Amino acid sequence: MNAFSSASPSSPPLLEVRDLKLHFPVESGIVFRRRVGAVRAVDGVSFSMDRGETLGLVGESGCGKSTTARAVAQLLPPTAGDVLLEGASLPSMGRDELLRARRNIQLIFQDPYASLDPRMTAGNIIAEPLIIYRNRGIIELEKRDINRRVEELMERVGLSRHFRNRYPHEFSGGQRQRIGIARALALGPRLILADEPVSALDVSIQAQILNLLSDLQREMGIAFLFIAHDLAVIEYIASRVAVMYLGRIVELADSAALYSRPLHPYTQALLSAAPIPDPDLERSRRRIILSGDVPSPDLERHGCYFYDRCPKRMDICKTRIPELTEVAQRHQVACFLHHDPL
Amino acid sequence: MAETGLLKTTDTQKKKTREFFQLLLGHGMGKTGIIIIIIFLVMAFFSPLLWTNDPYKSGEAKDILVKPSAEFWLGTDDMGKDVWSQVVYGARVSIMIGFIAAVITVVTGAFVGIVAGFFGGKLEEGLMRIVDFFMMLPILPLMIVLAAVLGPSIWNIVFVISVVSWPTTARVVRSQVLSLKERPFIEAARCIGAPNKRIMFREILPNVVPLLFAQSILMITETIYAESVLSFLGLGDASKISWGQMLHFAFESGAMSNSPWWVIPPILSIVLLIVSFSFLGTAVSDVLTPGYKEKRGY
Repeated sequence: MNAFSSASPSSPPLLEVRDLKLHFPVESGIVFRRRVGAVRAVDGVSFSMDRGETLGLVGESGCGKSTTARAVAQLLPPTAGDVLLEGASLPSMGRDELLRARRNIQLIFQDPYASLDPRMTAGNIIAEPLIIYRNRGIIELEKRDINRRVEELMERVGLSRHFRNRYPHEFSGGQRQRIGIARALALGPRLILADEPVSALDVSIQAQILNLLSDLQREMGIAFLFIAHDLAVIEYIASRVAVMYLGRIVELADSAALYSRPLHPYTQALLSAAPIPDPDLERSRRRIILSGDVPSPDLERHGCYFYDRCPKRMDICKTRIPELTEVAQRHQVACFLHHDPL
Repeated sequence: MAETGLLKTTDTQKKKTREFFQLLLGHGMGKTGIIIIIIFLVMAFFSPLLWTNDPYKSGEAKDILVKPSAEFWLGTDDMGKDVWSQVVYGARVSIMIGFIAAVITVVTGAFVGIVAGFFGGKLEEGLMRIVDFFMMLPILPLMIVLAAVLGPSIWNIVFVISVVSWPTTARVVRSQVLSLKERPFIEAARCIGAPNKRIMFREILPNVVPLLFAQSILMITETIYAESVLSFLGLGDASKISWGQMLHFAFESGAMSNSPWWVIPPILSIVLLIVSFSFLGTAVSDVLTPGYKEKRGY
């Protein structure tokens, strides 16, 4: 299953996700509430990440990208499966242990407006993680150190330290996202889950934020799980890309390989839907138009999750679920066109 | 927002507070309300300087039910006590009861509302049933029983009003918390390891403060009103002068129809104070509505 584990078997990968599932129960009934089903937001996701790498996670709205990130960060308890951070299983940890481990996993949120407390100053927002971890006795910092650290972080993400007493509504979207990034950096994490960090921003600001993130990665060796629906953004920042559809990863490959030679029919359709900024090329290329909509994720499936909409479906796809299988060097795909059933 | 405009450091919190009061004073109802409330507050704080006769001292036979005059500005009651002095002194009791009960009500209501809304589930169910219970308590029988058991005192009034009023605040706060706790910044707080206590009181509480502010103003008017009603019905503390108490004695002595100088001042005071607090409440909620500043062209 895990094809890209690190070189030496003694050191586990930074993050390993094994068959992660997160189902939201659907309840019904007026007098007696009973479970009538489940929305399978994440339905068997496996991947692993090395230190300092950027893994892009793409897929259309509702395919479970954000839910995957939340399950990895243990903000939502996974229904099944395991999340290992440097070999230690997060779901089985107690509260204090998890608090220590979570220091290494931080989130950057999509909406830079809603993800900052409107009644806290920028300085306090960035200081918050430091104060919390100091109060719990996990890090030792004097009050003065916290102030200095907040100013360092602000300058590091490109905000003037004079802005520390300002409130979020006094900043632009890009500046707010910088505050969110500084907050995520405060505890010195090894892994940052970036949940569409630029999709709410202007294109010009997007580039600034993306450059900031890749600078930070180079300097601090932070690994990024970078979620986006914008393929160009992912191509720009990620070294490897995982494509999600209906709660599962359908293809996982180095970004160069995935963009030049996509194997899964869904990846091919997704790439052909992205616009190319060249009118001649754009006019001459052939688009793959998928029929129908993404089916509802509340059914239990026994065949390929993409069966209903796949232009190349075969009989076997209806009865067997293709597992993510390595078909070329560092290229995994879940499609019977490229590998036989296990 | 222009990049250059941000380079100057300013104390935004102070600026915002000042702007809030400027807007409030620019609001017609707000200004009227604040002026009247300040007049009553001055009356309450400086009553010993403002009263012309001891409000508790009974007068001689010739001073009974005197019409307004130079000696008794608003006349006297059936015991020969000076009405003006009683009105001035009554402001003290009414306003004190109003503020104390409002604080107790809002603090209790906010705490219960935040805890119930934040934790949800069985705890919320339980707390909300308790809220329902206290909401349904009949105020008058409760007062009568308490007055009988504990003896009449203004603290009974404070207690009873608080006990039956906090559930309203709790409900309003809870509904606000239900929406706040789903906001992404709460998730962000969890992500940086914030314990529940910190999320409730450092993230959620500051965001319900405007609501609590409006609720306290509402509660002050309700409490002043309730105090008047209870005292008028004779359930208050007969040894303390309040506006309701004055009306109670006026009613008992049958002076309602023939001594308007005794009856009108306390009624007018109650109405004015309640109306001015309502004005203030309306003005505050107007000013706090996003976009108000722009509409007024500030």
